[in-house]
Amino acid sequence: MSSISPQEIKQEFLKSKMGIAGITILAILVGISLIAIITIPLETFQEWNNPGHWISYPKVAIPIWVNLFMTEKIPEHKILETPNIQMNSQGNVLLTSHQFGFNYNYDEFPSDFIYEFSSEYSGSPLLQMTVIRPDGIKLELITTSLPFSNSKTIHSERIFSTDSAIKKNLSLQSEQFAFTLDKLSAEDIVFSKTQTNESLKGNYIFSIDVYSINSDVLIPESKLIIGGKAFGIMGTDELRRDLAVGLLWGTPLALFIGIVVAISSVVMGLLYGVYAGFKGKKTDETMMRFNDVIYALPVLPFLIILSVTISNSIFVMVGFLMMFGWVGIAKVSRSMSLQIKTRGYVDAANMMGQKDSKIILKHIVPQLLPYAFASIAISVPAAITTEAGLSFLGLGDPSFPTWGQILHDANIFGAAARGLWWWILPPGVMIAITGLAFVFIGNALDVIVNPKLKR
Amino acid sequence: MVTMFGVLMITLLITIALVGSNMDIILKQGIVFQVRTEITEDPAIAQSFSSVKEFEAFVQSQIDQRIQILGLDEPWYSPQRIGITMYKILLLDFGNATFIISDSGSSDVKDIILEKLPRTILLFTTATIIISIIGIFLGALSSSKVGSVVDRVTSSFAIISSSFPVWWIGMLMIFLFAFTYQIFPARATPDIPASDPGYIGALLYHMTLPLITIVMIGFGSWAYLVRNFMVGIMQEDFIMAKKTIGINQKKIIYTHALKNAAPPIVTILALSLSGSLGGAIITEAVFDWPGMGRLYFEAITVMDLPIIIGSTYVLTVFFLVSIFIADLLYGYFDPRVRTGQ
Repeated sequence: MSSISPQEIKQEFLKSKMGIAGITILAILVGISLIAIITIPLETFQEWNNPGHWISYPKVAIPIWVNLFMTEKIPEHKILETPNIQMNSQGNVLLTSHQFGFNYNYDEFPSDFIYEFSSEYSGSPLLQMTVIRPDGIKLELITTSLPFSNSKTIHSERIFSTDSAIKKNLSLQSEQFAFTLDKLSAEDIVFSKTQTNESLKGNYIFSIDVYSINSDVLIPESKLIIGGKAFGIMGTDELRRDLAVGLLWGTPLALFIGIVVAISSVVMGLLYGVYAGFKGKKTDETMMRFNDVIYALPVLPFLIILSVTISNSIFVMVGFLMMFGWVGIAKVSRSMSLQIKTRGYVDAANMMGQKDSKIILKHIVPQLLPYAFASIAISVPAAITTEAGLSFLGLGDPSFPTWGQILHDANIFGAAARGLWWWILPPGVMIAITGLAFVFIGNALDVIVNPKLKR
Repeated sequence: MVTMFGVLMITLLITIALVGSNMDIILKQGIVFQVRTEITEDPAIAQSFSSVKEFEAFVQSQIDQRIQILGLDEPWYSPQRIGITMYKILLLDFGNATFIISDSGSSDVKDIILEKLPRTILLFTTATIIISIIGIFLGALSSSKVGSVVDRVTSSFAIISSSFPVWWIGMLMIFLFAFTYQIFPARATPDIPASDPGYIGALLYHMTLPLITIVMIGFGSWAYLVRNFMVGIMQEDFIMAKKTIGINQKKIIYTHALKNAAPPIVTILALSLSGSLGGAIITEAVFDWPGMGRLYFEAITVMDLPIIIGSTYVLTVFFLVSIFIADLLYGYFDPRVRTGQ
């Protein structure tokens, strides 16, 4: 156990397939974390529990890539933010026109469409929304005037497809369709074939024209949302949150929790155990009794009580996990240091009058390092799953949602009963993969440190 | 024994210290609410006072009086209150629960715990026993053929299953076998009353899905542990000697080697039996199993101090007793550790 040099460990480690696999997965996870930190600003992620932030996303949308395996394509949720802007003026009438063109080729109707805008104007401009369909038919959707204002004002509004004015306008144009429009919703009419009520595939152009007299109209925000049932790579949940954001940001959080807890509790346990073993006698006895007490505490119940009564901040939680993590390692490193203590060179160092701290750090701890590395790797998954478990019970830090919390929400909203597999599977798979990476590394190290297991 | 008793007391002290202050605030608010509703329900009391001030003073005195009767005027950390609480616990008198009541309607903590405990033991002890039986045989089998397909499958299954959270697998199992294929019920709480003769059957039927889940996740790491112990023992000289004498391989493994691997296995068995009770909290939450774990979680969310103390007591006692039994059994199986005489 004691005669392995770092080079040998590295060599042996690179020989083990499991170790390589573990390192590879870990590298991928670190890559994902970096991507998450760079591409998704922390501010976006902290909006996770703010429903207002996610309002333009669809509810429980299936991941987009599912369409690759489907013969009947599920409509994708589209958020169009870059309209084609045209400005015309005729006399004193100014026309600002925003056009959204997109290709719709799904077998179902969209669930709705919403036009969201904010405009800056004075007076009372007129807003007209029309759609040009693939078959060339132009449908008038709504004509409305924006609220009058004497001075410059900013007005924000959402026009929903459920608006009764749209319904009324469409029923006035019912001669275009061969079926009755009475009980159909606006999106089922706009996206329908004229002969039968089936979805019409092709290019649609939604245009929003704003007429104003003698004044400029600015539309800094203009967004057309075509509601669908598929969105993003990972889909969305009941609260319209994009699961990809949560899953991506969960990676650095899980790695942070796991690694910090593992390293600090192993270091703590190692020093505690080595010191107790080295000192021996009364010190050893007292320290090990204290160790026994902590060992006998029921961990999970205590973690629950602590997070309910003291704080559920993620950093405090890391501290709590550490408090219970070091006990086992302290026991093992104590017995190891008892063995090493009896070796000649420790005696020699002692006789030369070296300080205790120096003997421990220079002569005993280095001997235990291989074991320490293996235990760090092995205790990471435990820390991650414990945190995930606490979050799953709803005791996690709401400002830093983790994979456990996504699963908690899934459980609350009955994702299993409703068959929302994309809400349950990915977070658990991520937890498992992260755990697996460290278990692989730990086992590969363990085999090197304990040669007995090799055969 | 002294240490164990000390540990028990320290655990309880920490529990009281952690939940005590919150508990006091909740209880005091409860009293204020109680007094106010009693007074508003009886208009005669309000009418008998001439001024608002006088009325408020009366209400306040009523509240103070009740707080004093319950002993809440002293802080939770006063030696007197902690002393009384600890003394009562020693006599196994946990008092009455503040909010939670048992299925039979009793609010006595002892009744509630006695009602929930057997269910947790039923589920988790059964699971642990099945896990250990499968684990021991699979471990022995793969240690006899190190490097074979069985060995590799067992080892990799152990490593993979150990990194999956049980409760997540539970969610998947519910998703698959309760909703997609409707074989088992999704909620593990039987929907017929406990007095019904078919209750036991219903309970067992509802137990199947959690049981399968726990066993599925658990047996891999058991097999792996047993395998590692056995591989170590199979290299010992006395096994080599037996092999050279010509004793059949199976006999060596199942009688001689397994007996020598028994001490650590028994220790782990005892620890995992009691450990499973603590870990039951999340699993029971997923499957909605009406046992100790769910009781504990409910008690903490509503801050029901007597229940929290009672459950912590029971969990800790189980854990300590199993450590003690494990120590005794270790000495029985491995005479080398019997020291002290």
